[in-house]
This record gives sequence, C-alpha cells and structure tokens, in this order.
Amino acid sequence: MSLDHFMTLLGILVILPPAILLATLGLSTLVNRPLGETWTSRLSQVCVSTGLAAAVVMLVMMLTLNTRFVPIELGNLVTIPQQHFHFHLKFVFDRLSVPFVILSYVLGGTVGAFTTRYLHRERGYNRFSLCYAFFMLGMIVTSLAGTIEVLFLGWELVGLSSALLVAYFHERPSPVINGLRVWTVYRLADAAFLIAAVAMHHLTGEGDFSVLMGSGPWPAGKAALTGGQAIFVGALLLIAAAGKSAMIPFSGWLPRAMEGPTPSSAIFYGALSVHLGAFLLLRVSPILEQSVLLSVLVVLMGLTTALYAAITARVQSDIKSSLAYASLTQVGIIVAEIGFGLRYIALIHIIGHACLRTLQLLRAPTLLRDYQTMENAIGGRLHSHPSSWQQRLSPTTRVWWYRFAFERGYFDSFLNEYIVAPFQAIFEWCDGMERRWTDFLAGGQSRESDVVEAQPHVVEQMEM
Amino acid sequence: MPELHLPWLELSIITPVLGALMVWSVRDPEQARRRTIVVAGLTLFFAFSTWQDFHTLHTFEAHDHWDIITPLLGQDVLVVDELSAPLLPLTALLFFLIPLATLRTKVRRFPFVGNLASLALMMAMLSCREGWGIIGLLAAQMIPPAIELQHRGRSTRPFVLHMALCVGLLAAGWGMLDAEGPRSEHSMIAISMLAAGVLLRSGICPVHCWMTDLFENASFGTALLFVTPMAGAYAAVRLVLPVAPDWALRTIALLSLFTAVYAAGMALVQHEVRRFFCYLFLSHSSLVLVGLEMVTPIGLTGGLCVWLSVGMSLAGFGLTLRALEARTGRLSLRDFHGLYEQMPILAGFFLLTGLASIGFPGTVGFVGTELLVDGAVGVYPVVGMLVVFAAALNGIAVLFAYFRLFTGRIHTSSISLGARPAERLSILALTALIIGGGLIPQPGVQSRYHAATELLEARRRPVVASGKLEEQSSALDLDQILGDVPVHP
Repeated sequence: MSLDHFMTLLGILVILPPAILLATLGLSTLVNRPLGETWTSRLSQVCVSTGLAAAVVMLVMMLTLNTRFVPIELGNLVTIPQQHFHFHLKFVFDRLSVPFVILSYVLGGTVGAFTTRYLHRERGYNRFSLCYAFFMLGMIVTSLAGTIEVLFLGWELVGLSSALLVAYFHERPSPVINGLRVWTVYRLADAAFLIAAVAMHHLTGEGDFSVLMGSGPWPAGKAALTGGQAIFVGALLLIAAAGKSAMIPFSGWLPRAMEGPTPSSAIFYGALSVHLGAFLLLRVSPILEQSVLLSVLVVLMGLTTALYAAITARVQSDIKSSLAYASLTQVGIIVAEIGFGLRYIALIHIIGHACLRTLQLLRAPTLLRDYQTMENAIGGRLHSHPSSWQQRLSPTTRVWWYRFAFERGYFDSFLNEYIVAPFQAIFEWCDGMERRWTDFLAGGQSRESDVVEAQPHVVEQMEM
Repeated sequence: MPELHLPWLELSIITPVLGALMVWSVRDPEQARRRTIVVAGLTLFFAFSTWQDFHTLHTFEAHDHWDIITPLLGQDVLVVDELSAPLLPLTALLFFLIPLATLRTKVRRFPFVGNLASLALMMAMLSCREGWGIIGLLAAQMIPPAIELQHRGRSTRPFVLHMALCVGLLAAGWGMLDAEGPRSEHSMIAISMLAAGVLLRSGICPVHCWMTDLFENASFGTALLFVTPMAGAYAAVRLVLPVAPDWALRTIALLSLFTAVYAAGMALVQHEVRRFFCYLFLSHSSLVLVGLEMVTPIGLTGGLCVWLSVGMSLAGFGLTLRALEARTGRLSLRDFHGLYEQMPILAGFFLLTGLASIGFPGTVGFVGTELLVDGAVGVYPVVGMLVVFAAALNGIAVLFAYFRLFTGRIHTSSISLGARPAERLSILALTALIIGGGLIPQPGVQSRYHAATELLEARRRPVVASGKLEEQSSALDLDQILGDVPVHP
C-alpha cells in the first residue's frame, strides 16, 4: 500500500465513524427498533474513539513527514461536465482542520460519556443520541471541508441538531419556542452563507478552498478575489459567522439555547458550535486580508460582542446563562484576534477556551454542591466584593447599565418590535384581504379554518 | 421514433379508467378502497415500467409498442420523453399512497372513483405533448374536485371560476398560435394569454386563491392530488416554454419568485394546518417555475430537480398532516398539540419530508436547490437571492409547524395513535426515495439535465398548434446556452 493510499484511508477513517453512528441510530429509529442505552453508548464510544485515533495518527504522520496539507478526494457527489458544474466531496487535513477535528472528537467523546449517566433512563435518550450523531457528523465535515459546499453541508447539520436539542425538553412550550428562535437565526445566517458561496463561485469559478484561498496551505494563501468582491463576500460570511456564534446583533438566542440539557449546552454553546463562526472566519481569513475595511469590521464586531457579553454575563441569574455569556466574551475576543490577523493565537485560544468551558458547563449542575464543599472547607460563607468599576460609577449609571445587561442589550425586544411584528402585520393584512376576496367569490363564508379550535375536543377515531 | 417494448403508456391510462368503472358500482367503501389500491398499484407498476423501458432505449422520446393513438391523433398525443418519464411513476406513486394511507374512519368521505378518474387524466396529460390535448385534459381535471366540492355542499365558484378562466386563456392563446402558423415570433397577446393561463393553474400570486379555497373545502386527499403533480408547471413547459420569448419567460420567473417569498411569508402567519400546507406548497411550486422559466441549462435542470424533490417530499409532508387530521380532526397552529409521544414515527417523517422540501443536506432536494440558486443568481444576481430568502422562510415555517404539532405539551390518549402498517409502508417508501435521492443524486440530476437540454433544443424550433415544426430562427441560440460557459454550484 502506497503512502498516499494509506493517508487517504486514514482520512476516510476520520470522517466515516460519525456517519456510521448516524446511519445506525437513524435506521434503527426509522424501523421503530431504537437501540438500547447500552448499545447506543457503546457504539458512540467506538465511533468517537476510532475517529479520534485516526485523527491522531494522521497528525503524527503529518508531523513525521513534515506535510502541512493532505487532501482527501472522494469524487463528485454530482457533476454536469458540460456546464462545469460539480459538487466536489473534498476534505483537507491542515494546520486548521487537524486541531479542530481532534478537539471535536475529544470534547464530543467527553460529552457523550457524560450523557450516558446524565440522561440515564430519560425518555428522550434516543432522540438526544440521534441529534448528537447529527452534530458530530456536522462538526467533522465542517472541520475537514475542502470546498465551501462541503463546509455548508456540515454547517447545516450542526444548525439542525442545535435547534432540536434546545427543544429537547419538548413537553414544555418554553424550550420549543426558544428552539424555534435559534433555528430562525440560523436559517437567516445560513442564507447569507449560501449567497456568499454562490457569489464566490460566480466571481472566481471555483468552490475549492485551495483555489479560493490561494495555493499555499493554511494560513498562507492569497484569496482569488479583488478588494470590492472581498468586502461583499466577506460581509456575507461575517453575517453567517455572527449568526452561528451568537455575535452582535444575533446574541439574543444564546441564553435561550440554555434550555437544552446540560451536555448539549456544553458541547454546543460552551465548546464547539459557538466557535464555528470563528472557525469559518479562520478558514476564509485570506479573504479578510484582501480588505482592510473588512478586517476592521471583523475586529469591531468581535470587540463589541466581547464588551456586550462581559457586561451581560455579570447580571445573569443562572449559571448556564452566565457561562454562555462568558463564553461569548471569549468568542468576541477570538474574532477580534482573527480580524487583527493573529490566526495561530486565535486557534490556540479556541482550543483552550473550548476545553475550559466544557469542564465548567459539565460541572454546572453541581454548582451548589461545589459551593457547599468550598464553604465547608473554609468554614464560612464565600463573599463577593464590589469591583472598582462599581465604586467609580454613579448610582444612576449603574442602574442604567444593570437594566441594559439584564435586558440583554434589548436585542430581542428590538428584533420583535421592528422586524417580527411588522412582518406579521403585513402578512396578516394580506391574509385578511384574501379572506375578503374568497368570501366575495364564494358568496359567503369561505373559510372553515376560521372555526377550527386551538385545542380540539379530540374525538379519536381509529379503526384498523 | 423509437418504441417501448410494450404499450406501457396506454396501460397506465386505461387501467385507472377501467378501475374507476369497476369501483363505481361498489357500495361498500372498504371494498372500494381495496380495489382502488389494487388499481392504483397496477398503474404505478405500468408507469414505473414505462420509465424503466424508456431508460433502456437511451433516447429522448419514445412511443408505445402497438400504438393505436398515434396513427389517429398524431405523434405528440401519446409519447414519453426525458421530461415526463420520471413524472409518470412519481404521480402514480402519489395516487397510490393516498388511498393506501386512508384510515377506515375516513373511507366513507374519500371519493375513490374521482381519485381513479383524476389518476387517468393526470397520466394522460403527462403522456401528452400536443397542445390541444394538454388543454383538454387540464379542463377535464377540474371536474372531479368540482363534483366533490358540490357533494360536500361547498361553494364551487372560487375554484371553477379560476379554472375556467385558466382553460379559456390557454385555449384562446393556443388558438391564436394555431391561426398564426409557424413563425419565429408569435404575437404578444397569444403569448400573454398562454402565460396568464399557466400562472392561474400554478397558483401564482395574485391568482392563487383557488388553491387555498380548494384546501379549505375539498377533502385533504383530493386537494393534495390535484396540486402535487404540478400540472401548471407541466403546462408551462409544454405550452409556453417552446414559444415564448425570453422576456415573457423571465417575467413569469419574476412573478413566481415574488410568489415564492409571499407564500413563504403567508405560511408563517397561518393558524390552521391545511392553509399552512397550501402556502408552503405554493412557495415551493413557485420556485419550480422560477427554475423552469430561467431558460438556462443550470436553472432549468435545477427547476426540474426541485419539481421531483418537492413532489416527493411535500406529498409525504401532506400525507403526514392528513394522517394527523384523520386522528384528531382539523388542527390549529395557534397552540401546541404535543403529539410526538403518541406518534414518534409520523413526527420524524414530518420533519424529514419538511427538511427535504427545503433542500436540507442529505435529502433529495439538496442538489436541486443548489442548482436552482446557482441558476437564479446567474440570471438575476440580486433578485435571485430571493430564492435563498424564500427557502430560509420555508425552513422556519417547517420547524414552526413541527413544534406546534408535535411538541409543547403532552397529548394524552386512551388509544394508540401511532402509525398504522399501511402508513408505515408509505413512510418507508418515501423515506427511501428521499434519502436515496439525496445520497446518490447523480442519476437524477443527469436525467434532468438531459430533459433540460431537450427542452432548450425545442426552443430552437417554432412550435405551432398544428404540430408542424420548422427548424431554426428561435429567440435563443442553443449553442450559446449550451456552450462552455463556466457555471458552478
């Protein structure tokens, strides 16, 4: 077996395990024979361990051979040669993707193991596992994507699993409403991503990162776009990244996402998913370099988000929201680092921060017990002292900032009042006009749906 | 013209006709259902065989073996080509699954005879390329739903007025074309009338209210079967695409694009599932028209791919909603229903079909949507982005409905509301198609690309109602379209 074949095989071994996990769990659910907890857990462990081991071996091989770029070509998902249209399934192992994929497997495996006990005998265990498999596949595909289409594919999988896990406790309305909010932001951000991808194709005729971002392995390379094109495409990608990483102005969904179970909060909003926006910006960083204005925009967005999240984190009344905003603060700083061109620092920052935050979020359910243990150890209460900022600000200013932070920057209220409400009002008016038109044509009441009750008096009538 | 090995097309049409006559005399609704399933199943087999037989011929079009129609009525009356070959089994599948998934509680209300008559008319229309034939069959298709509306004591006026106007416009437009004879450019009035007729049948805004009215007042199954085969899109491809100049097609595309966004927005404010489904479907079917009328190989291929994917996925979505209605009556979206624990398989299928319709990765709609977006942005760089916006709104609408119907509370029931064996069979069949088409999209896309090139080829020839063809002098130069212009996903 030649070295190239071995590397390709290794690459496939990294990608395949989450796909197998998803296929097994999905098929067993589809035929109404879901796997039991033990089997699900074992399968999950085997898949994550295999993928992780293959990724580590790949890293060792790359270090040994002093190779910085290993492409894995799996052919075209679809192609129309006459039109030069192709959906190329290409994955790359480089200095960005290898650390990210190892991080994904390590933290994914940790959270998977934690879940086995945390959700033991929960009714939705299988549902959680299915979403977890979706997420893992999405993360691995996104991390290793060698073309923008493949990245988009993984990006979408992560988004769906995220929204469904926020709504995990779906017997209550609140998690479901929050899940829908998360999904809404993701869809709009994904739309920006898709437009950016299509625009890049039309501008450069390529979707392959090695062509789009120059021939050198990451982080070297020069984007095949002019300054003006870079601003247009980069701005769209920035919107996509902001949506995924809950940066301003999309931060409103982050505390809502904490409705999900702790393992999903840890892996999504503490560790991996929340960093995907930063990952995307790192992947397309040669585009940022093409335009100073774009880089300034990235820095401004990062710093504003960091400042906002740092203030908001201080007044949260529950530990998960507090940690989520703390996490966002760091994400903001990471994005600013990317804007400044400090790519390796940003990558190291992501890895360190993701590990710390996963640990903190997984410990969150035992916070009170941890406090108790500490207080017992020191023999008294833990005290908090007002910060030097608090002492310098006037009471009125303090109250103003407190309200600003407590209302989470009024972002949700702003979106509800100025976007959602007018949207609803316009379409409800159209609906009313349509009613008048069909009533006129029918010569009377045309809509039976008007009398459908919100909760029907169910007359269940099932016959075989 | 090449011939199929057996008269599959004639069998696909005659079988449901004979079946309808056979079911007509049956008084027992359960027996009528069983016979309908058998007849629709046979039709599906014949339609599938047509497709497979046609596939083995490696040709763009083919006639039946022992064809008795062509010598009598002309070569375009009964023919299968790249466009219609997969549409025939898809349509037959929909007509098979609806009676199969009809619960016993609903058999008394479901018009099985009308179902089989509609199937015969639909199969005949999809096998027909002759203008007057298509218009006549479109006119005949409105009869079964109109009869059902009347039997149910509902006003038929909104539906009949729209459909009559549609047929009138198509007939007048085609008649003018006939009178004009073979020309490179036909009169604007004739083209406009044809386009208006197609827009009416496709439910393009502002002439879409017949569709919401049909979903309100007819049985869910009938409404589903009337709209999901997308007869309007078929009429657009056969009647308008070959003769209309670029400006007319692009006007239709822009109107369709507006409708796609409008309907997606309307779906988000609906309070009842049937109306919700209607708008969701309308948004998607408008996106199909956007692709069809862009007159570029990529856009047209995208439109044809989305046609198939939406036909499959939204039919499954509609089947699930119908299954829910059969258990609980008409459902409101004002409140949560929490049906997940009672019917997890139906919930999963609802989500899968909804996601497939919006082109989610790994499903049959993914590549088609990519092609459509690429084609739209290529033709209208700014306006084309509305396709993405419409898809985003539809995605939000799908999850909104999923959450409202299946989550938010716990529904308690004294009996099992889970999927019945027949429903499971339907679910498994459609799931296999949706995921299979998503994981291995190349054969489907290749076939649709061939159909697209064939349609663009047809635009080189001015088509007249008499069926005589004359080479050259078209509104669009095919070599220019099909040339090596780099277009990417």
